[in-house]
Order: sequence, then C-alpha cells, then structure tokens
Amino acid sequence: MKLKRSLREAIAEQVHDGDAIALGLALESGIPFAAVHEIIRQQRRDLTLIGPISDMAFDQMIAAGTVAKVIAAWVGNVAGGSGYGFRRAYEQGQPRRIVMEDHSNFTVGLALKAAAMGLPYLPTFTGIGGDIVRGHPRIRPIGDPFGGPDLLAVGALRPDVAIIHVQRADAQGNAHLWGNLGLTVEAAYAARQTIVICEEVVPEAVIRSDPNRTVIPGFLVSAVVEEPGGALPSSVQGYWRRDFEPFLAYHRMSRTPEGVQSWLREWVLDLPDRAAYLQHMGEANLARLRVSERRPAAEANFAP
Amino acid sequence: MTSRYTRRELMVVAAAREIRDHEVVFVGMRLPLLGFGLAKATHAPHAIGLFENGVIRDRPAEAFIYTMGDPPNIVGAVACLGLVDVMSLLQQGRVDVGFIGGAEVDPLGNLNTTRTSSSGALTRLPGSGGAGDIASLAGRTVLIMEHEPRRFRERVDYVTSPGHFPGRRRGGPATLITTLGVFDLSTGRVRAASLHPGVTPQQVREATGFAITIEDRTPATAIPTADELAYIRHADPDGFWTGDSMKTG
Repeated sequence: MKLKRSLREAIAEQVHDGDAIALGLALESGIPFAAVHEIIRQQRRDLTLIGPISDMAFDQMIAAGTVAKVIAAWVGNVAGGSGYGFRRAYEQGQPRRIVMEDHSNFTVGLALKAAAMGLPYLPTFTGIGGDIVRGHPRIRPIGDPFGGPDLLAVGALRPDVAIIHVQRADAQGNAHLWGNLGLTVEAAYAARQTIVICEEVVPEAVIRSDPNRTVIPGFLVSAVVEEPGGALPSSVQGYWRRDFEPFLAYHRMSRTPEGVQSWLREWVLDLPDRAAYLQHMGEANLARLRVSERRPAAEANFAP
Repeated sequence: MTSRYTRRELMVVAAAREIRDHEVVFVGMRLPLLGFGLAKATHAPHAIGLFENGVIRDRPAEAFIYTMGDPPNIVGAVACLGLVDVMSLLQQGRVDVGFIGGAEVDPLGNLNTTRTSSSGALTRLPGSGGAGDIASLAGRTVLIMEHEPRRFRERVDYVTSPGHFPGRRRGGPATLITTLGVFDLSTGRVRAASLHPGVTPQQVREATGFAITIEDRTPATAIPTADELAYIRHADPDGFWTGDSMKTG
C-alpha cells in the first residue's frame, strides 16, 4: 500500500469532523504544528484532542474553533503559562464551549497504554486523595483481586488518529525517533490510524540498520508525510532547535480574541502550507534554528 | 562575603538543599531544574534526575534549557525512556523527592493548578501535568510557590496535587519554599523553618490566608554562598529563571 502523502492529502483523507486526535505526545519537542495548522485551514470541527501537555498547539486549535473536547493533563503555553484560547473557551464558551476531561500525565499515559495493550483499563495508585479522579468519567475505584489496597482503574483511550513527528521514516512508514519519546509509542499503538510526519523519508536500509530505534512499525502507519521543519517552533533532536520567541509572541497575541484571530490569519489561514510558513519565518531564522553540528551515536554492531 | 543575590537565587539554593546525595529526584522545570544542577555541583554529586518526558540524567545539561524537552537536555542523558516508564519508577517507589508548584496551596499542602474562583469569576488554570503524579507517588515532595494571600488559602477550590490526607500510601508534602521563607509541611500543618533575610513574621502572616506557626527563634534562610551563586549564574547567565521578575511554580 502506498503511504506517502502530502500533509494536505493526509489530513483531508484521515482527519474527520468529530475525530479524537492524539498529538503533542513527546511533550515540548516534536509537536506537529504543520499538521495542527493544516487541520485549522481545512476547518475540521468537533474534534477531541488527546495529549499529555499540549503546549500552544491545543490552544491554537481551540482558539480556531476546531475543538469540542480536550482530554489532557495540561493545556497552556509552556513558555508563558496560561493558554488564553483554552481559557476563553472553558470560561466563556468563546469561540465555542469545550468539554474538559482532566488528567495527570500518568493517567493520560495509562489510558493510551491500556488501549495499546488491548485492555479495558490499567490500575494505578496515582491521583488518590485528589479531585482529578473524583467522579471522573474514565477513572474509577477498583479493589485489588489479590487483597492489596484499593486502586483506581484508568479506562482505555483509543484515538481515531495519532499524529507523530519523527526524524526519519521509510516509505513503508517504519519510523525512527530519538530523544524525547513521552507518550509517542503508546499513542501510535493505541490509535486506529497513525500519521507519521518526518524530517526525511529515507531508504528502508537506513531503518533496518538500526531496528531498535524503530518506535513505530510501518504496518501501524496510515500515512507518511515528508515535511521538514514541520514541528517548528518546537525542537526536533538533531534537526531543529526550539524557537522560543514564537511561543511568547503567540502568548501575547492570544490575550484577546482579535489578537488570536490576527495571529491565526498571519501564521495559518493566509499561508497555503508549511513551505510558505517557513518562508514567512525567513531564512535567517531558519539558519539560526537548523542544527548543523554532528553528535552521532556510537555505532551499534548488528552483525549476526 | 557573598555578592548580592536575588530572591529566586535564594529559592534555588533552598531547593538544592532539599536534595540529599544518592537520591533519585523527579525534577520539575524552572527553579527546581537549577536546584538539581546546583545540588549535583555541590553536596549531592550522586543524585539522579528523572524528567517526566522520559529523560534520565545524572548530570545537568551543558547548555541553557527553557523546557525539559529542549535538545541540550537529551545530550549526555543516561537514558531516554517514555513517560510511562519514568512514571512507573515513581509509582514503584523509586523516587525519593519530587518538586512541584501551584497557583494555590492550603495548610495540608494540597495544590491547585486546575481552576479557581478566588477572584469571584471562574479562572481556568493549565492543569496537573505531572504534578498530581509526583504529589501522589514520590517519597516526599517539595512545593515551590509565590507567597501571596490569594494563593495561600484555608481551602483550595480544587485539589490537583494531593497533600496530606488519611490513608496516604507514602510521601506527601515535606517542605514549602516560597518567595518569603521555607516552611515545614511534614507534620500536616505549616510551620516556618526559616524566613528569608529581611522578611518579618508579620509580613508572612499578612501574605498567608491561614494560620501559620512562626516561632520566635525562627532562623533566617541561609544565604547563597559564592560558589552557589557562581553555579547559578553559570547555569542561568541571563537571569531568565532567577531574575526577580520571573514567576515560580
């Protein structure tokens, strides 16, 4: 099956109104902003967003009116604190009301892991004594069948689509990722479909030279998109440094509904694609952020 | 003689002193990140740091980082696992101490980072992140807070990160480091362990929305040594985290 797609094609074919989408799974790095912006441009509606901490990606999607529900441990802007788009939606229903399913990072992870393991739930001790788990739709008290203390069961969470940004993949979707993993593997295993966005598509021999670095086997992948710089302004180990200023700029602009709309026009709606976004950033910025030095891992000898 | 220091540098030093040698530390961002590096450079060279994104380090990053996900935090790490892996170590009881912050705290050390109506209108805060897990599962927790009356409340509106409660399996809040002092929370009530130089008991009482024990002979927080300041200024050369305008937590 041919998996390679442009980002526009992948989102058009595989992300539908009302879908539950997992993204931002490596926490602050490898956030698939290019896909986030393409989803906003294609005007998807009523999405459920799933992730641990989402940085400003969830905030942008909420501010753009694409989101009905968020299942996450933290929604805001890591550099700035508050996510104003999220706050306006939650506090005032602007531009639309959203439902929040609060989690801790571990319970989001366990919910995805349970789905990845094909289980209805996984037990945990985390959160006992706090308000997150009280009356929670996906977290319920259970007894220990072996006679130990009571536990909480975290129900499985199966995204319709996981969107993952990795360094490299082959045309069959076998994906190499190194550096921060976060919940990338759990989400890719749990999701019905996984869109892999990569800095570069490489020959399959590259992937097979180091199978331990394959975090997602290609048979779980529904699309492969080559989109260099597709995670900017977040970092990609060995490819891109984090660009700090755009997080602060968005934080400032998103304080008002007019400001966030103006930000969305400039950086999303008035641009056709990621190539145009990179051009809008300017070559001087790209040169500053691009990693040119080499710090390769030592060779691992796989000879039989 | 030491040079002048900022209040946040003092808080970093206080955070570092909460880490004992050979301990496994769940490191938060901002001040605790610097505190971990400082402890490693001074009295706790064998401490191990776990980050919730899955990174395990036994030495601080070589370059300045804004977030735990920044590329310099990967370089020289001992392992890059997944979030569930490091949280599993935490749940298993392998983590001695974890650092967390919050928007509001109460006398039991309950932290709220989810939502509050303290100003009259509903305010939505970002949420738990990993804080609720660290509060639940670490061997002990150190809380870091801005010391303001609206943040120090008799009861928090929402318990994001549980403090002391009957039936707790392990751990709980041990120490609270604020912009005004260091407080012992280990007994389930708040007692001043030290006040920062120049801070009066009256000032602390006015900034605390609940009863707080400040004994007559409460010492001043030990000021940073020249070596400690040198480390902090090397790790945060522009005062990004430790300049006096930066928020904690």
